Amino acid sequence: MSKVQRIKGGRIIDPKNKRDEVGDLYIIDGKIADKPSDDLLNNAEIHDASGLVVCPGFVDLHVHFRVPGQTHKETIRTGTSAAAAGGFTSVVCMPNTSPPADNAGTIQFIKDAIEREAVVNVFPTGCITVGMEGKRLAPTGSLSEAGIVAISEGGKCVQDNGLMRRATQYAHMFNIPVIDHCQDDSLTRDGVMNEGFVSTKLGLVGSPKEAEDIVVSRNVILSSATGAHIHMQHISSKTAVEILRRAKARGTNVTAEATPHHISLIDEEIQSFDTNFKMNPPLRSEEDRIALIEGLKDGTIDCIATGHAPHTDYEKEVEFDYAPFGVIGLETALSVALGELYHSKRLSLSETLSLLAQRPSEILGLGKGTLDTGASGDICVFDPEEVWTPQKDSFFSKSSNSPWLGRELRNKVKKTFVSGRLVYDGERILP
Amino acid sequence: MAFSGMPWNRKDLISIESLNVEEIETIFETAEAFKKILNRKTAKTPALRGKTVVNLFFEPSTRTRVAFEMAANRLSADILSLDMKTSSTTKGETLRDTVDTITALQADIIVIRHSAPGSAGYIAGVVDLPVLNAGDGAHEHPTQALLDCFTLREKWGSLKDRKIAILGDILYSRVARSNIWAMTKLGAEVTLVGPSTLVPHEFEQMGVKVSHDLKSALEDKEAVMLLRIQHERQNASAFPSLNEYTSMFGLNKTRLSWLKKDAIIMHPGPINRGVEIDSELADSDQSVILEQVTNGLAIRMAALYLCSGGKAEAVASD
Repeated sequence: MSKVQRIKGGRIIDPKNKRDEVGDLYIIDGKIADKPSDDLLNNAEIHDASGLVVCPGFVDLHVHFRVPGQTHKETIRTGTSAAAAGGFTSVVCMPNTSPPADNAGTIQFIKDAIEREAVVNVFPTGCITVGMEGKRLAPTGSLSEAGIVAISEGGKCVQDNGLMRRATQYAHMFNIPVIDHCQDDSLTRDGVMNEGFVSTKLGLVGSPKEAEDIVVSRNVILSSATGAHIHMQHISSKTAVEILRRAKARGTNVTAEATPHHISLIDEEIQSFDTNFKMNPPLRSEEDRIALIEGLKDGTIDCIATGHAPHTDYEKEVEFDYAPFGVIGLETALSVALGELYHSKRLSLSETLSLLAQRPSEILGLGKGTLDTGASGDICVFDPEEVWTPQKDSFFSKSSNSPWLGRELRNKVKKTFVSGRLVYDGERILP
Repeated sequence: MAFSGMPWNRKDLISIESLNVEEIETIFETAEAFKKILNRKTAKTPALRGKTVVNLFFEPSTRTRVAFEMAANRLSADILSLDMKTSSTTKGETLRDTVDTITALQADIIVIRHSAPGSAGYIAGVVDLPVLNAGDGAHEHPTQALLDCFTLREKWGSLKDRKIAILGDILYSRVARSNIWAMTKLGAEVTLVGPSTLVPHEFEQMGVKVSHDLKSALEDKEAVMLLRIQHERQNASAFPSLNEYTSMFGLNKTRLSWLKKDAIIMHPGPINRGVEIDSELADSDQSVILEQVTNGLAIRMAALYLCSGGKAEAVASD
């Protein structure tokens, strides 16, 4: 007999199908279903969602799960647990592992770990170049056959424009998108934060926005020339948003993401030299932050992605210059995104949720992020009123390098389902 | 002498930015009292007897380290100077572990110099001991700025409405930053001068003027502070060559005449004679470079004394 689940009495929001109503959502055998017969209903497992929002599970195009090689920071188990606790049911993990995921064997290793440990869907990516050294193309075809959804250079950026052009042309043949961390290294050498008044005042070496703007421009030009899809990670600069806006108006095949931290925080946070505000690209100015939000509003920036980058306490608790770049984000993304976009009345609730689920899924064609009948039962149930304060020990991630430690947040995930299986119940990850 | 300043309630001296004018005055008045002691025949006071001051220098330094050693010595403290040379990352030990080790050895005061901005403040936050910043990267060098302003105060009585130019490599200079905070808090009008690549306009938000035209910037100034042009920064290509720097911005006799008559010449040292300043100017009557060094001793005595819980009025009434 079929297994029936009834998520009862919640506010169901499915941006793709323009659905926003209080009612019941049904899952039959792990897939979203229409209301079943009374017969089936009588045996349904009931999850009360009254007062809660029921929406498609979120999709994160940008996480670092550190497998293989850096499992002191995160594992597939802890990373996917963090995802589940944040309402994410699908994540795309970056290939800057040790060794880098630049061959089919490493991809298979990652897939085996996913098979054993993951509690949400994990889609691996492969490197653009061998060893992420920016010199020779990695075997995109074999990587594609091994199951990657895109190629990327992790936290690095291919500096050689000729090589990048080849990479996009070649990947296009396999219909594999190229994901890029847009940064001209010649402008960011030694840089540890945004170049501006705050860096000037603190005596920290700044990385100017032009480092991002130049490579975003390059990618727009290369995509126009080759037709290849280039997705640009964590856009942080106002000028980059403007470049993308013009490119999209011309129909260029580029997409872009913004992180919860870049849309909510600015470089002034660094006055205390707190390394949980050190990330790359760095937090920029208020003007940039507002431009990112405008970009999300008008579709210039396609989605939210966390850039979840776990680092241990002992790696982060050092001089600002020496701390690694990156912050975790999976468990706070919903709260921060809703705070900046919905509660601030810039976007509707449905529009904001779309940026977390449907739109990222569409960018890589993952087939997730909707409550279509027949879609897999990947669902997030959250409390739009609950206020919570992240603490060091409140994360499911193995690391706690979050800029929101001790800051009050609103909206809390209460349940996460993956293919109809309850994987997070608001307190723990279910075995 | 009557003490008019505010009581000192800090355990650390990390930045000038965080100090208010009253606190700066408290340090000055304490330093004045110590300077009198320095002029005595037995130039020593038992103020810190039994305490151990640890100089943790992660960057090479002679003058600042020696000045702190002398200051601790004059206060009768025991002094241990550690030349850490290598940074924590290459040593494989974190800064925190190093400092925890020093603390466990019963140190009483830590003086730290480190190449990373924010490192002194970071340490002050993790240990209970007083921490004095002897320079953290390009961020701050509070005792240097205090001794510079103390020197000007001796000459002028007050810095209020005085016009001062700071000339040279501002971008990489912690001395410049601490002096900008100190001088502006004390009411002076500060102009930064130098090449556009070393004096970005972002500094204006700190309440100073920025100029790349030496002549107009020096006109009507009553003091000019020169900063060392760092050879090692050359590879950052902030300017084409030392020769070009000297020809555009080096202080020479002609350019000195653009300043107000008898303007004061300051330099935190070490001087590159012939680069940022003509050799003879460094030795001229207008130069207070050596007075700066002497005052540095009194200022560091005051800082060590106040941060370790000493009362300003106790010295002042000595």
